[in-house]
Amino acid sequence: MANYKNHVLVCSGTGCRASQGEEIVLNLEAEIEKNGLGEEVQVVRTGCFGFCEKGPVVKMIPDNTFYVQVTPEDASDLVSEHLVKGRQVERLLFTDPETKEKVADSKKMGFYKKQIRLALRNCGFINPENIHEYIARDGYAALGKAFTMKPEEVIQEIIDSGLRGRGGGGFPTGLKWDITRKVQAEQKYVVCNADEGDPGAFMDRSILEGDPHSVLESMAINGYCTGATKGLIYIRAEYPLAINRLKIAIEQARELGLLGTDILGSGFDFDVEIRYGAGAFVCGEETSLIHSMEGHRGEPTVKPPFPSESGYKGMPTNVNNVETYANIPVILLEGAKYFASIGTEKSKGTKVFALAGKVNNVGLIEVPMGITLREVIFDIGGGIKDGKKFKSVQTGGPSGGCLTEKHLDIPIDYDNLLASGSMMGSGGMIVMDEDDCMVSVAKFYLDFTVEESCGKCAPCRIGNKRLYEMLDKISEGKATEADLGRLRNLANVIKDTSLCGLGQTSPNPVLSTMDNFRDEYLAHVKDKKCPAGQCKSLLQYVIDAEPCIGCTACVRVCPVDAISGEKKQPHTINQETCIKCGACMDKCKFKAISIQ
Amino acid sequence: METVQLTIDNKKVEVAKGTTILEAAKTIGVDIPTLCHMKLEDTNFENNPGGCRVCVVEVAGRRNLAPACKSECTPNMEVNTHSVRVVNARRTVMELILSDHPSDCLVCAKAGNCDLQDMAQTLGIRQIPFQGEKNEYKSDESPAIIREMEKCIMCRRCETACNKVQTVGVLSAINRGFESVVAPAFEMDLDHSNCTFCGQCVAVCPTGALTERDHSREVLDAIVDPTKTVIVNTAPAVRAALGEEFGMEAGTRVTGKMVSALRKIGFDYVFDTDFAADLTIMEEGTELLGRLSKHLAGDKDVKLPILTSCCPGWVNFFEYNFPDMLDVPSTAKSPQQMFGAIAKSYFAEKLGKKREDLVVVSVMPCLAKKYECSRDEFKTDGNPEVDLSISTRELAQMIKNYNINFNQLEDEDFDQPLGESTGASVIFGTTGGVIEAAVRTAYEVHTKKECPSVDFKELRGMEGIRSATIDFDGLPINIGIAHGLGNARKLLEDVRAGKSNFHAIEIMACPGGCIGGGGQPYHHGKVETLKARQKAIYSEDESKTLRKSHENPFVQKLYEEFLGEPCGHKSHELLHTHYYDKKNVDKK
Repeated sequence: MANYKNHVLVCSGTGCRASQGEEIVLNLEAEIEKNGLGEEVQVVRTGCFGFCEKGPVVKMIPDNTFYVQVTPEDASDLVSEHLVKGRQVERLLFTDPETKEKVADSKKMGFYKKQIRLALRNCGFINPENIHEYIARDGYAALGKAFTMKPEEVIQEIIDSGLRGRGGGGFPTGLKWDITRKVQAEQKYVVCNADEGDPGAFMDRSILEGDPHSVLESMAINGYCTGATKGLIYIRAEYPLAINRLKIAIEQARELGLLGTDILGSGFDFDVEIRYGAGAFVCGEETSLIHSMEGHRGEPTVKPPFPSESGYKGMPTNVNNVETYANIPVILLEGAKYFASIGTEKSKGTKVFALAGKVNNVGLIEVPMGITLREVIFDIGGGIKDGKKFKSVQTGGPSGGCLTEKHLDIPIDYDNLLASGSMMGSGGMIVMDEDDCMVSVAKFYLDFTVEESCGKCAPCRIGNKRLYEMLDKISEGKATEADLGRLRNLANVIKDTSLCGLGQTSPNPVLSTMDNFRDEYLAHVKDKKCPAGQCKSLLQYVIDAEPCIGCTACVRVCPVDAISGEKKQPHTINQETCIKCGACMDKCKFKAISIQ
Repeated sequence: METVQLTIDNKKVEVAKGTTILEAAKTIGVDIPTLCHMKLEDTNFENNPGGCRVCVVEVAGRRNLAPACKSECTPNMEVNTHSVRVVNARRTVMELILSDHPSDCLVCAKAGNCDLQDMAQTLGIRQIPFQGEKNEYKSDESPAIIREMEKCIMCRRCETACNKVQTVGVLSAINRGFESVVAPAFEMDLDHSNCTFCGQCVAVCPTGALTERDHSREVLDAIVDPTKTVIVNTAPAVRAALGEEFGMEAGTRVTGKMVSALRKIGFDYVFDTDFAADLTIMEEGTELLGRLSKHLAGDKDVKLPILTSCCPGWVNFFEYNFPDMLDVPSTAKSPQQMFGAIAKSYFAEKLGKKREDLVVVSVMPCLAKKYECSRDEFKTDGNPEVDLSISTRELAQMIKNYNINFNQLEDEDFDQPLGESTGASVIFGTTGGVIEAAVRTAYEVHTKKECPSVDFKELRGMEGIRSATIDFDGLPINIGIAHGLGNARKLLEDVRAGKSNFHAIEIMACPGGCIGGGGQPYHHGKVETLKARQKAIYSEDESKTLRKSHENPFVQKLYEEFLGEPCGHKSHELLHTHYYDKKNVDKK
């Protein structure tokens, strides 16, 4: 076995691969070969480092130099300078936005300082396609440890850890396992819900791409605890890289006898199969997911019965999401006490978020429960892009709500987010600035829900469509104040009467924006104005007569001949004809055209 | 029995464990409105997807409202069925459903019979506060069933009927969200699908989304045409249900009034399909005895059990699903087609008219009959044996169009010669009836003795699958009966696997047989209606002097004058058919 002196870790998550990550790997390998370092340096394709804003990321081991925004052309410098001469390549180091100093150690970057990586512990560190690297990081030791304990003891450890479902609902994981364990049945199933569907969320994908074995190991532990011998991973077919790495992981685990019959001589049999989802958002709901796996239409059924009692093929089925499973080995190896020492009273451990929107540091983060939104957005996220003003943060995806300035110092946990009118959800977090119109934001999410409702129950199928249409009316300036009352009533009825979690939460973006940004709604319906300047119908392009010199450049560019005026005289825009395309404003060299 | 105590609307209730809130409320006289829910006791039809959300109720301690049809009672539950929250939610949901529904009640085939319309009235909805896009789908007009899916409210009853009860598997929800609708796969037309046209989807549809193809206009055109002689014949199950359309109690027999009404409508001859049912027994019974005697003589190739073939929905079903067994069913045509074949040959000759000058109309409890009479093998030089088949509902509508006071009509008798029938043919209208009629004749032909009793009660009932052994004077004959295509499938799979020891099996596509046909007055989920119709059928049988098909004097005369003998050359030409492998063949 080769004994390498240096390792070059290259992010090979979907994001960095899309930015030529694979070319970087190949160029690095070629350069290493050229410099005769083939025996001493190994290039490792790892999972996501999280700092997607600065990707592709390359990290040097053992000195931990963290290079950002690397291109394939940088390979020769990285090899000749860093590896051959031992000199850091300055220009590829991260620049601290405050101090403007170069930072080589990721631990000293604002983005990483407050993070605790439990679920993501191996992402960006090991080669996910090599089981030995996982094992070298205590992989499968938790399964081995579980075999030395009684199933009840393992479950008790999970209960004591306080781990709650990371898919969004937050049901206590240990309790769920215990219910499945207690139901008597000939066959039980363990299901991993990898049908991550929130717009902009990629927590589960990153775990599966970066550390697939942690999920397989935990599913086997669950099987041992509940008495299930079959595991099923329901993953969306749009995640080809994650699927591929899962397949490799399953094969390797089988080869080493970590899946299959009589695992580690325990007498326990367990194997895992992959099932593909076609990308319906509702299939993230567990009963829909199960129906989809059974070959039926992905539609929820009324609970109870819960899957723990009657799930896949009518058998007791434990359904947890990817991130929940990824936490299990940590709990068993480090102990429930350690896990429970992180977080708040009722929400223990960490949570992975896909931080997106108008923040400087977009990426995948894992933070301890109890951290505030302010710390996440301003310390980790590096504040709002282009120095704009923070306006709102949306958590929980289409099921969540839009929180505002006044919520920034609330410690993040399941209960606080719920009490604030949002929810934890699976971990989407989208930051909005002063340019975002909250009516449009609500509309964006509703548009998604209307598309993704399964259509089974009337309030979700028709109600969300009508909610969307009402929001559209508001953004068109055609709604009245009375419509706001109707909007609220409809939103509440949809929540109150829908069959599954999708419809029961889909009005949250509407209700939370109405609560937190009431003035903005009123501006739309009473003053017929969009304060953020986003709702086209409420905008007017006007020409200021003073700076206008009558050059007619705007006349020539207007596609609908809405601008008129004598040459060398101030022009005017006919508001009836204007389609608000903005071409005139872009063209005007004299800043004579503005939006009102 | 384990019970659960709870309170509903402040009243204490004790119910068996597993009872839903909806059922528990009924026991104390609280009717919770429902829309998608439908349960036919004693059949395997139960539709409660919990989708319409009209039946939501408030349960103390629960975050959101609970669907009463789908929520089981739990100990000490406190249920409020009409709190402000519930009433507001229920009404809002109903307004939403109506906001995506065409407002063409005035011309809708279902007006007055529509569960959605009724619910809108029950909830007192006078305006729809939600305006917005409405769904549009392409219309689908098959020979028997018309789908106007703009009117679909996604109750999924048709899906339950098609998949769970009938195991035909044609209808299921497709598309997502607002565009969701129930349709055949890939939105193909019913006519190009495996649809059997049994019409059970139509029978349970709460709105006008699924209706029969209406032929009453064409019937009227024929009557108006002075060059045409229009002959009508009515199936046995029609007389047991038609009265319901005129406010009569289910199970009222209206044979005489119906004949009178048909004359008033202007049909030239009012005949009885029952005559042809007697003829069917002569042919099918002879075929059974023929196969049986070959079997008893040790012929290993003879196909037993013999399966009845008078139900066109069932014929379609086995052509699609059991094409490897096409030689198992009897080759006898259905009574409708036998009637048409005789009317356009024997009777046309008697009238001295060409078959083209006759228009044969049948009144059927069935929608598959509409498809059946359009089949090519039932045409001579392009002229069909039966020109038009209308349902019980369409006949009722015609009677109403003619301003006939149905309830006040005097009873009249069918015309002769094709109007005479026996009690055996009447019971064709219910599950078990065809085989009982066959047994009455086969027994006497085979044993050359009189039946000890004509009432073979062991063959009667409502169980989905039944069996009985009839003693043919020392020879035990094993009879199987199935109604509902899902039940039929089970029996057929046994036959295919060689596990069946029946000599004869009767199969009816619709639950209950023809009394529950897709063309009958809507039962709106009341299974008692079907049972009352069944009772009416048996009482009509009892009231007849002649109760065995072979005793029908006009049938005897027909053989003497025209056909020769049962299963003879002419019979084969006119009264028997053949079946097609439709597994991979498009219907068109």
